[in-house]
Amino acid sequence: MNLKLKIWRQKGPKAEGKMVEYPVNDVSPDMSFLEMLDVLNDHLVEKGDEPVAFEHDCREGICGSCSLYINGEPHGPGRGITTCQLHMRSFKEGETVYIEPWRAKAFPIIKDLVTDRSAFDRIVQSGGFISVNTGSPVDANAIPIRKESADEAFDAATCIGCGACVASCKNASAMLFVSAKVSHLSLLPQGQPQAKERVLAMVAQMDAEGFGNCTNTQACEVECPKGISIEHIARMNREYLGAAISYSPPKATVGGD
Amino acid sequence: MSEYRKETSELDARAPEGPLAEKWTHHKDHVRLVSPGNKRRIDIIVVGTGLAGASAAASLAEMGYNVKAFCFQDSPRRAHSIAAQGGINAAKNYQNDGDSTFRLFYDTIKGGDYRSREANVYRLAEVSTHIIDQCVAQGVPFARDYGGLLDNRSFGGVQVSRTFYARGQTGQQLLLGAYSALSKMIGKGGVKMYNRHEMLDLVKVDGKARGIIARNLITGEIERHSAHAVILATGGYGNVFFLSTNAMGSNVTANWKAHKKGAYFANPCFTQIHPTCIPVSGDHQSKLTLMSESLRNDGRIWVPKQKGDTRKPNLIPEDERDYYLERRYPAFGNLVPRDVASRAAKERCDAGYGVGASKMAVYLDFADIIKRIGADGVAAKYGNLFQMYEKITDENPYEVPMRIYPAVHYTMGGLWVDYNLMSNVEGLYVLGEANFSDHGSNRLGASALMQGLADGYFVVPYTVGDYLADDIRTGPISINLPEFEQAEKAVKDRLAAFVNNKGSKPVDYYHRQLGKIVWEQCGMSRNAEGLKQAIIDINALREDFYKNVRVPGGVNELNQELEKAGRVADFIELGALMCQDALDRNESCGGHFREEFQTPEGEALRDDDNYAYVAAWEYQGAGVPAILHKEELVYENIKMVQRSYK
Ligand SMILES: Cc1cc2nc3c(=O)[nH]c(=O)nc-3n(C[C@H](O)[C@H](O)[C@H](O)COP(=O)(O)OP(=O)(O)OC[C@H]3O[C@@H](n4cnc5c(N)ncnc54)[C@H](O)[C@@H]3O)c2cc1C
Ligand code: FES
Repeated sequence: MNLKLKIWRQKGPKAEGKMVEYPVNDVSPDMSFLEMLDVLNDHLVEKGDEPVAFEHDCREGICGSCSLYINGEPHGPGRGITTCQLHMRSFKEGETVYIEPWRAKAFPIIKDLVTDRSAFDRIVQSGGFISVNTGSPVDANAIPIRKESADEAFDAATCIGCGACVASCKNASAMLFVSAKVSHLSLLPQGQPQAKERVLAMVAQMDAEGFGNCTNTQACEVECPKGISIEHIARMNREYLGAAISYSPPKATVGGD
Repeated sequence: MSEYRKETSELDARAPEGPLAEKWTHHKDHVRLVSPGNKRRIDIIVVGTGLAGASAAASLAEMGYNVKAFCFQDSPRRAHSIAAQGGINAAKNYQNDGDSTFRLFYDTIKGGDYRSREANVYRLAEVSTHIIDQCVAQGVPFARDYGGLLDNRSFGGVQVSRTFYARGQTGQQLLLGAYSALSKMIGKGGVKMYNRHEMLDLVKVDGKARGIIARNLITGEIERHSAHAVILATGGYGNVFFLSTNAMGSNVTANWKAHKKGAYFANPCFTQIHPTCIPVSGDHQSKLTLMSESLRNDGRIWVPKQKGDTRKPNLIPEDERDYYLERRYPAFGNLVPRDVASRAAKERCDAGYGVGASKMAVYLDFADIIKRIGADGVAAKYGNLFQMYEKITDENPYEVPMRIYPAVHYTMGGLWVDYNLMSNVEGLYVLGEANFSDHGSNRLGASALMQGLADGYFVVPYTVGDYLADDIRTGPISINLPEFEQAEKAVKDRLAAFVNNKGSKPVDYYHRQLGKIVWEQCGMSRNAEGLKQAIIDINALREDFYKNVRVPGGVNELNQELEKAGRVADFIELGALMCQDALDRNESCGGHFREEFQTPEGEALRDDDNYAYVAAWEYQGAGVPAILHKEELVYENIKMVQRSYK
């Protein structure tokens, strides 16, 4: 099939960008969306033009690298998939396809369709972990965990950090991402001791990165390729309020002999 | 073979003396330590932050070393490890089915077809149980049973259930665990993380690894980084085949640069072709997708008994189906190891029994298990895999059997390391899939995650101290040494040559050509004639590449074509070495199947008298045959027998 692509081209972080049109012909319906872009790029290189920069790695929906805003939707049409799992059979002959990068203040554009999502890393670094050093922890079966809690924690932990939740949100809020990590860890007994510090630190970092507020439009849940539930946002809000009221930071202790 | 082979000295693995089960404890008790105060004065570079690198970087920083870590993705959370599906092994014996450290050790040696080092494999089995404890403490949500305890499944090549899993996303959950530990140490300042940086050379000073040259992939800036030791955890090289189940960015560059600087490359021809992948659908194909080995627990593999049968699978009656694995290997059936299962699929397809449009596929059928536990039960176990299959093929595996075919998946070969995981270059350590150490000529399922985390959490943090104890008074290594200057200049010249080349063909063109040669001549089966031709063809391809490749854009910007060009250049050289290694090994073992060496039943025929060694190759230049060094493999605790799964 033949398609018309309109792709956001931007030389660098400070350059001005614009939509540029490219026809692509003989697209096979079995191709993935990214394979279609590969073909376009090979043509561009052969013509001596610069190929379109876009991010991808695993091409099976798990690394969270791919991040295109296709026809006004993060990861394009289809639910529960990433761009790399989108196949050309989802498009119609002659269709015009608009391809843009994630748009959010906290995700600045680096080039063409590539954005900087390091804000997510910094949020995790602020507290998205359990402070256990490598060593000899207790036997893995010493603390049984109810299957329901373990499964729920797992569901939250399947977040791939792609940023579709931010890209889909009119406020560019990162609440779904942050709450998924908060939930994952606080649902497990191992994560309990640090639950309060964690939620406070992660929310503070989220605000510092310039993400917007959550006004409960629920677009994030719809667009999340892993179907992460906004119930996590509600849980995080509860935990945050509780922690904000009751948390007092441990007093610094000065080591003696 | 003399034109390909020049031998020199034997390599010493420096495995500790003493009984197998006591070697590691004894070693740990006797290696030199670096005191906490001195650790602060020592810098360590960790290149690669997948499972092996992230776990090492986090653990070393917790101990007090200054760690600088590098990855080429925008975040450590995106390393290729994230894609591992099926599970991770550990000899916990939670299922009370007779598992033990010895059994895991034995299965791994046997699965590797007696081409791995006893002492390393025993240590791997020994520390496996700690990995599970560590991961659970970090919050890794492994699957649990209704009693709240950890659940296990079984994997190919073994008869116990020792595989821990997190639905079909075990690698993701383990990597996120290691990433959280790494993030904690980045937040605390113990690790300085360099995302979107690619190592483009190793810097040696007085024969020791003392730093790297890296390119900032956003600005294109070439940077010098120094340290007292350099750890490579840069993953496997399966993408030499162009099509593989590896992530698109997986590459051999870091390893290859180290190889060019003197590190020996061990067993490069030992590659794993995974039996259950979604078949190629057309020329546009950019990568292949794995269907986890765990599916072979419940899925049955078959082809029609009649050649060229074009009936729909569901219309082929039971007695006209050939469940060839169950027929050939009654003891292990569909759960034979990967190399055996892959070759059997190839054999059936080559003989004309393949299915699907391309005829290069076999069925993996779930009808029996769906009858037994219902579609819901199957969905609970494999839901995400079934979904993935349907998204790619547009076919519903609950209704029609999956079509599968073997694909390149993992590389057992890698840089040679001793017992301490140090390469023959002093101060250069290699972890995870990037080293050659534990899997011999065939890796068992769920053992790569185990090895990566064993290396990173539990081995290198101890062994590196023994080496660094000499460096407590060295002080910081200057990046102004001439060695850094020369290495930087070489990197810059190389990059400039690419963008200034007036060629016409895109990088991918060459990558596909290379993949085709290596897959056909050095893939699931090999022969001397084909390998010799492949070496000639690859050398010709290399010349064509440098003459005619076109890399648009400049060096001082994000330039993905330039990144690919450098990686493909190294893959081309590696391809030739793989063929040299395969040609040199006149036997069949594990994933290395030489057509000339097989039993009358078509099984691999090993030659233990002449080839029970690790082949470690020393670089001599592009297009020049490498020099072979041997590490003899001595088995003191088990007897080498012909592997049988019948
Ligand atoms: C689809 C799939 C499924 C799998 N399933 C399983 C399974 O169920 N169980 C199992 O045990 N194993 C499995 N494996 C194998 C296993 O996932 C890998 O062997 C393992 O994850 C490798 O980990 P690693 O840390 O060595 O390397 P990787 O995870 O590949 O990490 C490499 C790191 O090195 C960095 N890097 C590479 N080159 C450079 C450079 N030049 N400069 C800077 N950084 C660099 C990358 O950025 C990355 O951080 C699977 C593999 C695949 C492909
Ligand atoms: S490329 Fe990894 S999720 Fe799309």
